[in-house]
Amino acid sequence: MLKTDISRSIDNVEGKEKISGSAKYISDYAIEGMYHAKTVRATIAHGNIKEIKLPHFPEGYDSVDYSDIPADNVVGMINDDWPVFAEQEVNHIGEPILLIVGPDKTKVAKLAQAVEIVYEEKTPVFDFKNSVKQLAFKKGNVKKAFQEAKQIIKHTYETGYQEQAYIEPQGFIGYPEDAGITLIGSIQCPYYVKNAVMRTMGLDEDNVRVKQAFVGGAFGGKEEFPSLMACQLAVAIQKIQKPIKFIYEREEDMEVTTKRHPSRTVMEAAIDASGRISAIRSHLSLDAGAYLGLSEVVLSRGMLAVTNAYTVNNLDVRGDVYRTHTVPNGAFRGFGAPQMIYAIEMFMHHVAKTLNQDPFAFRMAHLVKQGDLTATGGIFRDPIILRDMITHAVEASDYHAKVKKYNDPNIFKGIGMSWFLHGCGFTGSGEKDKIKAKVTLEKTKDDQVHILVAAVDMGQGAKTTLRKIVAGILELPIDVIVFDNPDTRFVPDSGPTVASRTAMIVGGLLARAAKTLKEDWITGESQTVSKRYEQPEYVAWDQEKMQGDAYPAYSWGVNIVEVEVDKTTYEVDIKDIWSVYDLGKALDENVVLGQADGGQAQGIGYGYLEVMRHDGGRIRQKNMTDYIIPTAADMAPSHNHIMDNPYPLGPYGAKGVGELTLVGGAPAVSLAIEQAISRPLRKIPATPELLMEAIEHD
Amino acid sequence: MTETTFKLNGETRTVKGPHNQRFLDVLRRDFNLTAAKEGCGEGECGACSVLVDGKLINSCLLPLANVAGKTVLTLEGYRTTERYKMLENAFLKEGASQCGICTPGMIMASEYLLSHNKNPSDFEIRHALAGNLCRCTGYNMIIKAIKRAAKEGAALW
Repeated sequence: MLKTDISRSIDNVEGKEKISGSAKYISDYAIEGMYHAKTVRATIAHGNIKEIKLPHFPEGYDSVDYSDIPADNVVGMINDDWPVFAEQEVNHIGEPILLIVGPDKTKVAKLAQAVEIVYEEKTPVFDFKNSVKQLAFKKGNVKKAFQEAKQIIKHTYETGYQEQAYIEPQGFIGYPEDAGITLIGSIQCPYYVKNAVMRTMGLDEDNVRVKQAFVGGAFGGKEEFPSLMACQLAVAIQKIQKPIKFIYEREEDMEVTTKRHPSRTVMEAAIDASGRISAIRSHLSLDAGAYLGLSEVVLSRGMLAVTNAYTVNNLDVRGDVYRTHTVPNGAFRGFGAPQMIYAIEMFMHHVAKTLNQDPFAFRMAHLVKQGDLTATGGIFRDPIILRDMITHAVEASDYHAKVKKYNDPNIFKGIGMSWFLHGCGFTGSGEKDKIKAKVTLEKTKDDQVHILVAAVDMGQGAKTTLRKIVAGILELPIDVIVFDNPDTRFVPDSGPTVASRTAMIVGGLLARAAKTLKEDWITGESQTVSKRYEQPEYVAWDQEKMQGDAYPAYSWGVNIVEVEVDKTTYEVDIKDIWSVYDLGKALDENVVLGQADGGQAQGIGYGYLEVMRHDGGRIRQKNMTDYIIPTAADMAPSHNHIMDNPYPLGPYGAKGVGELTLVGGAPAVSLAIEQAISRPLRKIPATPELLMEAIEHD
Repeated sequence: MTETTFKLNGETRTVKGPHNQRFLDVLRRDFNLTAAKEGCGEGECGACSVLVDGKLINSCLLPLANVAGKTVLTLEGYRTTERYKMLENAFLKEGASQCGICTPGMIMASEYLLSHNKNPSDFEIRHALAGNLCRCTGYNMIIKAIKRAAKEGAALW
């Protein structure tokens, strides 16, 4: 690879396979003689199973349930509360009870429909009543600040479900191999799947093999949920001893897979004599659904974003995860931050309005700067260029002139701005204590260099950027760097493909490995170099008290959205989008701009378009017709700008990208709509119905 | 056993089996043509798009009977053409494919658009693609790719 700017785009290394339709996704796999599996699910929100009436099975057909599990009926995650199959109690509609397995897909589906389950129903809970996890942290002296406050302003913000809506539904194919089981799946985290299957099956690590197929979109939806499917499939393969294909159809996927947690955030600010915020009390409620899964970590990331890109000296931040009898919620790009950043961005604007101050000036007056303490008393050590980024976005969009113009309530246009940060990598000591990532570079005798990591390219360009890093450091052409889809038989556990950690953490380790390999390079010999994660010494985190540096580094962004609202139908038309990002250094401009456009579309969609609700625990939006994601006609042109601010410990200065581009979309579009209709909004998605309520009932 | 005959990627083919089966399944199972993907199974996402007598069709909603006597072009047939190569290059250069699951459908929709409108505006492209969902890209880079292909491949369509 020539010594040029790393940011200069190259063709996506998987591009040709994908564009030509030859890339193999999980549904494209077929194994001679394979069987098919279909899940039989609970039809009530809460109760006990009294009786299961199975139909007569023709030869070759069978059912698989909890009694077939060789070891633990648990999907191994952080908590042990999520069963692979329901035993006696069911806790949400759609909870898996058993699988029907057999050679003909249509017959399997018919048999699954013929299963009758008799329940003893219990009263389900759908409200924020049953708190199962509590977190809290403090900064400064909140009590004193509230006692001395000139004014106290309090608002509550609500967000709904969001469905990842990857275009490829979840799926696996698996088969018995030697004494164990091999699974190929559409997954983000090969080792999460492997570890979960080992636990459920009681198999050792040599007997569970997990391979990644091309992944047709994930966005967090294929972080922890696939472990559940994989455990079920492994049990079935062990019992039936046949290759089995297990693919969800769209409705099933939408109804039963994890979604973004609905939330309620209470924000209360103490205003001092100078008209500034002296303290904030905040409480974040998350609806976990029936099982905890990753909810506690989602809550933590949400709470940590409480002051977003502002500095507030006194904080009292609390959060609860509530269990309800609904589908379990889980990872989705942003992981708790979108809920909180929506709340704080709206709140800053609303507080300024209440105080009769210019919202832009008010927000700027609280802007974080290098050296400030974070919400948890850590330090923003690295240079912060947010002020310059805001200036750029304001000028590019003509923000101030438009704000003035659109203040006229008769023209139904608005412009909204958000700015935000996102912590890169796992929260706190997660990288050091839990993940302990390892990467390997393997050089063959013919001087090809294989990247051996468990990171998955799910469209975010991981293969392109990680190969560029290695090629760049070794000063070799990109095509001698090989990066096959991870197979746990060959790759070390470099951690899950989540938390904006792939470029910065995995890429950083690969850069270190490549440097060592370059120093020790012997042409024509096979060589192996491995590196393990080492936490920078200055990063200290107390998980118990939630104090210290929650993240080693932060990426930053600014989003501006311009809208027009139809005066009759209250439909929102997105007119234009501007963004500026500091992600350290772009490892590939096209990859980053693609993340920007896609993340913004999801973030903006979350804010105004994407409605998902349950009714008595039953998800109402079950397909792409009911659950609306933005189409090309809904989205607007974007003007995305990247500003370099290299992070010394990132590869080529890179920090995290993927989640950053989503977290600011909802407040930006909501503030724009709020201006267009001249009424405050405290809930997303801001649908025409919500706008009508605000306009006609105020 | 009923038979259905049609032209598939230039060759005459006959399929035995029920008339009412989904054409998407016939393509994927009987012919191992897996470029067309099943995203939603209800004609909403466009990942299974194919051209039938030149019309852009969601093959998941298409009963086999409806292709009898017709000419079907899937991405496997289309990708041997100069037009495809122009689109492939444009998609690569503009970064228009991320996870790739919607891309085969996007390519077929692009061909349909450009064969009816050699020089589409942004507005026309956005509406032509409104039946093809993409969750990764936010569409802008796909729109740029189609404009690039239209410009660089002006003589092809």
